[in-house]
Amino acid sequence: MNVSGYLNIFLALVFSPFLFGVINRTKAFFAGRHGQPIFQLYFDLGKLLRKGAVYSRTTTWIFRGGPIIGLAALLMATAIVPGGKNGAVIAFSGDVILFIYLLGLVRFFAVLAALDTGSSFEGMGASREVQFALFAEPAIFLALAVLARRTGQISLSGIYADLTFETWQIAAPVLALVAGTILIVFLAENARIPVDDPNTHLELTMIHEVMVLDHGGVDLGIILYASALKFWLLGSLFIGLVVPLRTGNAGLDAVVFLAGMTVLGIIVGAVESVMARVRLLKVPNLLLVALLLSVLALIFGMR
Amino acid sequence: MFLILAALALLLLSGLGALGLSAFSRKAACLAVAGIVLACLLGAVPVLRFFLNGQEVSFSLALHIPYAAFSVALDGLTAFFLLPILVLSALAAIYGLEYMESWVDKKSVGVSWFFFNLLIASMIVVVIARNAVLFLLAWEVMSVASYFLVTFEDERKEVQKAGMIYLAAMQMGTAFLLALFISLGQTSGSMNFDHFRDVSGHLASVIFVLAVIGFGVKAGFVPFHVWLPEAHPAAPSHVSALMSGVMIKMGIYGLMRILIFLGPPPVWWGGLLIAIGIVSGILGILFALAQQDLKRLLAYSSVENIGIIALGLGVGLLGMSAGIPIIAVLGWTGALWHVLNHACFKGLLFLGAGAVVHETGTREIDRLGGLLKKMPWTGGCFLTAAAAICGLPPLNGFIGEFLIYFAAFNGVAQESRVFLFSLGVMASLAMIGVLAVACFTKVFGTVFLGEPRTEYGLKAQEIKGLMLAPLLILAAGCAAIGVLSPLLVPIFSRVLPEVTGLSADIVQENLRRATGPMVFISASGAGIVLLGGMIAFFRRNLLKGRKVERSLTWDCGYAAPSPRMQYTASSFAQPLTGFFGALIRTRRQIVRPQGIFPKEASLATRTPDIFEQRFYRPVFERIYHAVLKLRFFQHGRLQFYILYILIALLALLIWKLK
Repeated sequence: MNVSGYLNIFLALVFSPFLFGVINRTKAFFAGRHGQPIFQLYFDLGKLLRKGAVYSRTTTWIFRGGPIIGLAALLMATAIVPGGKNGAVIAFSGDVILFIYLLGLVRFFAVLAALDTGSSFEGMGASREVQFALFAEPAIFLALAVLARRTGQISLSGIYADLTFETWQIAAPVLALVAGTILIVFLAENARIPVDDPNTHLELTMIHEVMVLDHGGVDLGIILYASALKFWLLGSLFIGLVVPLRTGNAGLDAVVFLAGMTVLGIIVGAVESVMARVRLLKVPNLLLVALLLSVLALIFGMR
Repeated sequence: MFLILAALALLLLSGLGALGLSAFSRKAACLAVAGIVLACLLGAVPVLRFFLNGQEVSFSLALHIPYAAFSVALDGLTAFFLLPILVLSALAAIYGLEYMESWVDKKSVGVSWFFFNLLIASMIVVVIARNAVLFLLAWEVMSVASYFLVTFEDERKEVQKAGMIYLAAMQMGTAFLLALFISLGQTSGSMNFDHFRDVSGHLASVIFVLAVIGFGVKAGFVPFHVWLPEAHPAAPSHVSALMSGVMIKMGIYGLMRILIFLGPPPVWWGGLLIAIGIVSGILGILFALAQQDLKRLLAYSSVENIGIIALGLGVGLLGMSAGIPIIAVLGWTGALWHVLNHACFKGLLFLGAGAVVHETGTREIDRLGGLLKKMPWTGGCFLTAAAAICGLPPLNGFIGEFLIYFAAFNGVAQESRVFLFSLGVMASLAMIGVLAVACFTKVFGTVFLGEPRTEYGLKAQEIKGLMLAPLLILAAGCAAIGVLSPLLVPIFSRVLPEVTGLSADIVQENLRRATGPMVFISASGAGIVLLGGMIAFFRRNLLKGRKVERSLTWDCGYAAPSPRMQYTASSFAQPLTGFFGALIRTRRQIVRPQGIFPKEASLATRTPDIFEQRFYRPVFERIYHAVLKLRFFQHGRLQFYILYILIALLALLIWKLK
């Protein structure tokens, strides 16, 4: 039995909301505030799950089903994505493709649930959501393909297990470019600054937040938990690459990975504290940069 | 073989019967549909027998026409393409029975059914024909029959125009096919397919290019796709479903059949098909995104899907020329799988669109809205097809795209040429996938979700019985081909040895490497359903006994929203169509609000096809002016026309006697 794989799932399920606490505390530190409790998202989730619900008369089962399908797809994805050096429960050649398309499934239903309300704000958010994926998805595919060429593996667990200090010694420029691509895509897909501001107050300028304006109570809880999971999963693709340390012991590897994820939370918090959000019209340019970085990586990796 | 010939006879007889009964429209329709369903059942028997025990059959009858012979056969490729033809024809016919009901008293429906039967019969002959003359004959009948189906509502100006564009495109495609088969026939000295073997050298490349153009017109490769967005909206919906679902695949069939005749492919063949695939895929879906007419949008999306098939085929050829069996096998399987998928979901989408048009009376996406509440079953089926065409797991579209991606991933570790092609395939497939999500969330979100935007959808009702059943069957098909994918792999092991030229063992071995991942994908699909069920159950239990209210959509505190305030499909797509504005050239007509108390303001956008506008139209206008001088030939006197024919025949005779 693949114990370390189940350990991964456990870590993702339990600790993913924790990272949002880390981000908020980091931001509070930069702003000189005390900040929310580090477990705030857990409290929020607990509270939301105790609430009733209000549904718009316009909505249909798509609106209620969207968050459920999204969470189910992301839960499935936790079984595919390796946590650092610990392989995933399900690993097969080409699981990369399934993972990215599961994210597509999440996006499809999130967009439909937003359009189901008939609100023009949510329509705008949904429209931006599908637009920004246009460069993010090819970029991450190319980035992972470069890693696949470097390691000679075509499953996520295989690729990430083979990324060690030696790989970095041989191909640091390629891996650095890939890391850059994954970081930008990670920030964009999770609606963080510089692509989207999770704390914004104006519906007109939001992306992810505006798509879930009408969701409340239990549904909102499901959505928040799902976005924490998505943050965790895409984040582990980044941390698995930039923390090549492999101890050989599943428990120790898990601790290293967890520490890495916490640092990722701090990095995201720091990014959000020191820079502003890019104008919406400029976001595609940023994502094009990610795509170009991956193309550069593949040119370097041709040899 | 006997059963297939019996099916053909049944199709023709019931078609003729419908023609004879055209005074009694309803009876004619029933007769034709009964004939089609029975013929498809009959025809399915040998196909299934082939896939179960690999029994190839053939039949030949010498005709006393030079070069022609009625020789037909059923092998892997034929059986594979017969599958979608038989299934979708039967379903489209059943759907059409109710769909055509509203024209029964206005037009002679019997004639249309005659051509429908003829179209199905000709498609069957196209795939079973083993003689070039027979093939071309069936090919022409197919084009002409579908022309009369497209121009069913010939009293409308735009339908006439669409029909002419369609017919012209088809004839030009056939001209290339004629050249192709003549050069094949000259080298092998016979017009029978079994004499066409291992053509190589420059001639092979010439034949390949002729096939790409000639069959590409039918398939809808960019830039030969211009007839699709005209013909599909003009045709009745069950006809569009059949044309888009299977008829354009005859182009793919033809290309694959020709590839069997040719020797091992050079690298640039695969490269050319990959390039065509990338261009067709991305431009097709971009134009689809910019359309406001539901069926026109679906037609462009067919161009995109043909692009995906070309990508798979290109990857397969690349694998063959590079000598990497796994890439060849996966690429070909991906292409063939997508042929099956596209028949399933595009057929369903056109039938669903037909239901929407039937109930609301408009094809304008921006006039519709909120149909899911009124048509829950149609909406559910349409959603399934939309998710499948976006390639979302665990539905069938994902498996086809997965195989092509998987082939590309296998090329990643290879020499740099294969590596670059693989990355190109991967990046463009990813882009096509994202744009497809944008396009189909736009369609479903605007047509089925929200509130009705105008009075068009207000009286819509769910379609009934015989019209709904084909939709449900096709939706179940989309799910089954996806979830049960490992079980379908043996089908491909019967088709691939012939087309790839690899031995059955190598094909089996490489297919097995795809079966493993497919089992995992199916398991993940089941996992998602199970997890979703658990979450839904959990949510329902939590909400039990709590207050669940119904209210207005939140609009920044505005309490009297009207349906007209909803986001439109055009606005939804604008960021993307704007970004690619240089490519797709959307035209805008703006009347800006003026004065202190502005009264009127309007904005209209339209995205015509750039290839039609910028290339075909100017070229054809020039040709038209050039040949005006030859007009004295066309004076309308019959006796002179007969004289022309006589002179031509005499000239041929003299040339032959010389």
